Amino acid sequence: MSTPTRRRLMRDFKRLQSDPPGGISGAPCSDNIMLWNAVIFGPADTPFEDGTFKLALQFDETYPNKPPTVKFVSRMFHPNVYANGELCLDILQNRWSPTYDVAAILTSIQSLLHDPNPNSPANAEAANLYRENRKEYQRRVREIVEASWEC
Amino acid sequence: MSSDSEDNFMEEDSDYEFDSDGSDMDYEEPNDLAFAEVSDKKPKKAYEVDFSVQSLQDIKAAQANAISHVAGILGLSQDKAAQLLRSFKWNKERLVERYMDSSEDVLKEACIVLDDTKTTSYVGKPRPGFTCSICFDDTPSKVVGLRCSHLFCFDCYRHYLTQKIVEEGECRRILCPESGCSIIVDQPTVQKIVEPKILERFRQLLDRAYVEDLDNLRWCPAPNCENAVDCRLPHSTFDTVVPTVQCACGNKFCFGCGLGDHQPAPCQLVKLWQKKCADDSETANWISAHTKECGKCQSTIEKNGGCNHMTCRKCKYEFCWVCMGPWSEHGTSWYNCNRYEEVSSTDARDAQAKSRASLERYLHYYNRFANHEQSAKLDRDLYNKTEKKMEEMQRTSDLSWIEVQFLKKAVDVLTSCRMTLRWTYAFAFYLVKDNMTELFEDNQRDLEVAVEALSELLEKPIEREKIAELRQQVLDKTVYVDSRREVLLEDTAKGLGEDRWEFSFKRT
Repeated sequence: MSTPTRRRLMRDFKRLQSDPPGGISGAPCSDNIMLWNAVIFGPADTPFEDGTFKLALQFDETYPNKPPTVKFVSRMFHPNVYANGELCLDILQNRWSPTYDVAAILTSIQSLLHDPNPNSPANAEAANLYRENRKEYQRRVREIVEASWEC
Repeated sequence: MSSDSEDNFMEEDSDYEFDSDGSDMDYEEPNDLAFAEVSDKKPKKAYEVDFSVQSLQDIKAAQANAISHVAGILGLSQDKAAQLLRSFKWNKERLVERYMDSSEDVLKEACIVLDDTKTTSYVGKPRPGFTCSICFDDTPSKVVGLRCSHLFCFDCYRHYLTQKIVEEGECRRILCPESGCSIIVDQPTVQKIVEPKILERFRQLLDRAYVEDLDNLRWCPAPNCENAVDCRLPHSTFDTVVPTVQCACGNKFCFGCGLGDHQPAPCQLVKLWQKKCADDSETANWISAHTKECGKCQSTIEKNGGCNHMTCRKCKYEFCWVCMGPWSEHGTSWYNCNRYEEVSSTDARDAQAKSRASLERYLHYYNRFANHEQSAKLDRDLYNKTEKKMEEMQRTSDLSWIEVQFLKKAVDVLTSCRMTLRWTYAFAFYLVKDNMTELFEDNQRDLEVAVEALSELLEKPIEREKIAELRQQVLDKTVYVDSRREVLLEDTAKGLGEDRWEFSFKRT
């Protein structure tokens, strides 16, 4: 593990503690700084409101030149989240910039919950419901919101 | 292969002469030179395409030329002109035209900032209070920034560029590391920052991108060959023309798809054939042709001997292999099925026969295709054997080194003819049989007969007293085989051009 990566992650952690953006929290595992656990609270005025969604962030020594692998651990029903919890988010792929940090990643995911992009669906069913049957979409989202409280 | 002399040989006419056969790269005979001139003037054959080989130097020079040309017309610096050309895929005319229309849009699209106050990127000491937003170090000794004024520490910039160049193979559009900033890191800046080894890689990538951007260029696929081939034929013609080109390194390949020479079969047919041979649909065909299903439990059964009284191993169902009906209905006619003519069993058998016929047709062509492929491989061994033979000949007869070269050439011709023959079988597989296919098959047969005869001749042990005779025979056969190949290729090239045949797949 290269020291710049470790130093950068420590700084990300400090920043997340001293100046946490609203509705997100995250911390590295106690024995492995390359693996982080994070929680995003469902943004208010969205069907995701009150949900507590857990995520795992896996970094490697290319960080911050390369994005980490980010996955939802909690069950998720969202047009841009795959069944295995992986996300389809531009800044985690081709639009990544080394100036992004953990706080920026988590805030972006939070706003993705707010504004799904049904045009590049990772979950076709969620995307279709989002476009055509908003009521049913909200009902399905509420299901996973309730499930998120349990574990 | 060690010598380039074959190409001369390939183009020779049938009035082939004794003295001029022994040409080799290092051996410059006046005869040879004269011959080269003659073959240059010869009219192009129907199956040949125009092309030229470009060395890496040529490619670099062509880029430099285009860049200074455009820089001169538009009054831009070389490096900006290069950037613009890359974003226009080296289409000079379109670039100049668009630039004249609206230079601003063009520059914006290519992510170029024209700012004369800061002509170069900044590499130097940081201002007080600077923090690098990649590593968040506030005490770097040196910082770097582009015209967009996004500064980062030197080490982070170097890491970033190295990562982009080495891991992602990016060269044309490496953007400023700042999120959302779309200024391209220009070549002079890359030069200032990365290590020489990485810079070398960066330049390689630029050359590679140049060749990939242009439709009329393709790298020679031979390992360690740095040449590209320039062929101006539009790609839309590749369904009727097989654009076989030959690199200066001797490698012959198809300009359309990059595979080895596959004349006379067009690229689309080659792709279909390879897919057919690769997937296991033929395994399924085999199963359907050689097996039957148990009438009760549907297990697949292959009858590999014995009488027609079958007992399914799995469900113990007893049936007749001939009529597939239950054995109990056979009554007393043991081992002699008289229920054969019944409609239901006839239908079942018809379906089976059809599938068997289609399989056999495929296998007919595939076996011949594979056989020539295999033989061509064996010919490589023949090559080594031939070299020994040539040495032996020099020792045992009064022939000079140059005079025994005919053997090597014979092997070369043999190999290329086998390659051609091989693809004629894929070609024939997709032909819908009509009167026109006969001519093709005749040509195919003639070539095959000639090839086999030459092959046999080459395998023969050398008898000292018969060397002169053998030499004459091999020479004659070689010329003949090569002319047969020419006839076949000429004819198929013409046929494809005039849409003579019907194929069993839809041509695009």
